Amino acid sequence: MGKKVALTGNEAAAHAIRQINPDVVAAFPITPSTPIPQNIAQYIADGKMDTELVTVESEHSAMSACIGAAAGGGRVMTATSANGYALMWEMLYIASGARLPIVMAVAARALSGPLNIHGDHSDIMGGRDSGWIELVAENSQEAYDNLIQAVKIAENKDVMTPALGAFDGFNISHSIEIWEMEDDDKVREFVGEYEPLFPLLKTEEPVTHGAWAPPDWYFEHRMSQLKGLLNAKDVVVNVGKEFGKAFGREYGIYEAYKMDDADYVIVAMGSVCGTTKDVVDSLRDNGVKAGLLKLRLFRPFPYKELADVLSGAKAIAVLDRVSPAGAQGGPLFNEIRSALYDANNRPPVINYSYGLGGRDTQPVHINSVYDTLKKIVETGKVEKQFDCLNLRGAWG
Amino acid sequence: MAEKLLDWNEVLIGATIKDPGNSRSYETGSWRVERPVWNPDECIQCMFCWVYCPDSSILVDENGKMTGIDYDHCKGCGICVEQCPKKSKALTMLLEADAKGKSEEEIRKEAFSK
Ligand code: SF4
Ligand code: SF4
Repeated sequence: MGKKVALTGNEAAAHAIRQINPDVVAAFPITPSTPIPQNIAQYIADGKMDTELVTVESEHSAMSACIGAAAGGGRVMTATSANGYALMWEMLYIASGARLPIVMAVAARALSGPLNIHGDHSDIMGGRDSGWIELVAENSQEAYDNLIQAVKIAENKDVMTPALGAFDGFNISHSIEIWEMEDDDKVREFVGEYEPLFPLLKTEEPVTHGAWAPPDWYFEHRMSQLKGLLNAKDVVVNVGKEFGKAFGREYGIYEAYKMDDADYVIVAMGSVCGTTKDVVDSLRDNGVKAGLLKLRLFRPFPYKELADVLSGAKAIAVLDRVSPAGAQGGPLFNEIRSALYDANNRPPVINYSYGLGGRDTQPVHINSVYDTLKKIVETGKVEKQFDCLNLRGAWG
Repeated sequence: MAEKLLDWNEVLIGATIKDPGNSRSYETGSWRVERPVWNPDECIQCMFCWVYCPDSSILVDENGKMTGIDYDHCKGCGICVEQCPKKSKALTMLLEADAKGKSEEEIRKEAFSK
């Protein structure tokens, strides 16, 4: 039987990695994910896991060492945040291109400058096209559960694609919450043994990894890689069901919170969904048909499923924890809006940036979003397609 | 060995190559502007060129003796000549056009007509 514990999100991630007990962890400390490799080092020193911990000189080297170990045939995990994730950049593409199912915990954080070490989604949104599967957690429980499932999703033979399990820096990584830790042997049984496809260390069947693909080969390899990533969508659903059977908490690609008859819908990812659920509950108490669509799987982007569940709404607000950075809106907004373009019913969709660099998002801010959605439905007019939550000064 | 160009759903996952050493089928020698020319009479068989050649283009027999240069793969970088202790005697760089007795214009045309 699992047990209830009161620990931080980082500790949840570290315990998941301890229980998975991968062959190799190569990591470099960076706030707010530092306690993950730190705790792993402690577990190894205490004889609680026998992972080879490679302490490298940078995140670029961390991901490089992960790639080498995974190409060798090992089960490999790591953790990072923000600028560390950015320093891994070119290696992220090499990991996914080589189809190495590395699993990474990301305590999501703002990118400098100005220098900031607090939570937002600049890192994982910046790397959204690096070919990794991206799962986003609402709380510590999900951070823990997602990492365990990510191993099984990434290593699936039809997928063989690296995966990251993200959770908001500080909001989750450093907050103590009560969550359920499963038994070590049950977690190990769930993830099972890893069978690598083409391990370099199997010398009786020599292979080459990382060879160059000239113009007459590269395109085919990239599309073959895309297929693996797209295959992850169904695998995420299946593994989420298996997880539910094993541990009693079932997962899908999204969580539809009071969505059945919802007129006013917020779409969001991460810790803000906890706050939003509270607001939805109180609005429902007052007879307002509010709902939340919490997205769990951002890559591959489940556009068909999202269009289906959202097309019944009367107005939608998408919350992005990044700056639109010169695009029409944030990345989640753009993809949701594009997904709805083919729907029979196309509700108006607006976008908010919120929570940048650790800026607090409170019920009053979420309430203001639902108020705006109600106004849009009442007047039939969208005054502002893009706005900011809890920003000093009116945007625009 | 001519390779079959596979479709996207036929290529091996992760661009893995199951027949290591197949880079031999990729003839990098066509890129060459200059070529090293070996003079066996001056060669002292020190094998420096073999150690330093980045393209494994120094040909060696079963006794470990240098026997010449693999012009199908030699890219003409000149490292072997630079490292040869008997340089400009045992190994010399020569313009590709001169080696083939053609003008540079003709060599260029050959390269672009491929
Ligand atoms: S010129 Fe360069 S590639 Fe050619 S044999 Fe010499 S070292 Fe090798
Ligand atoms: S480096 Fe020069 S002397 Fe030595 S083996 Fe090569 S050609 Fe001969």
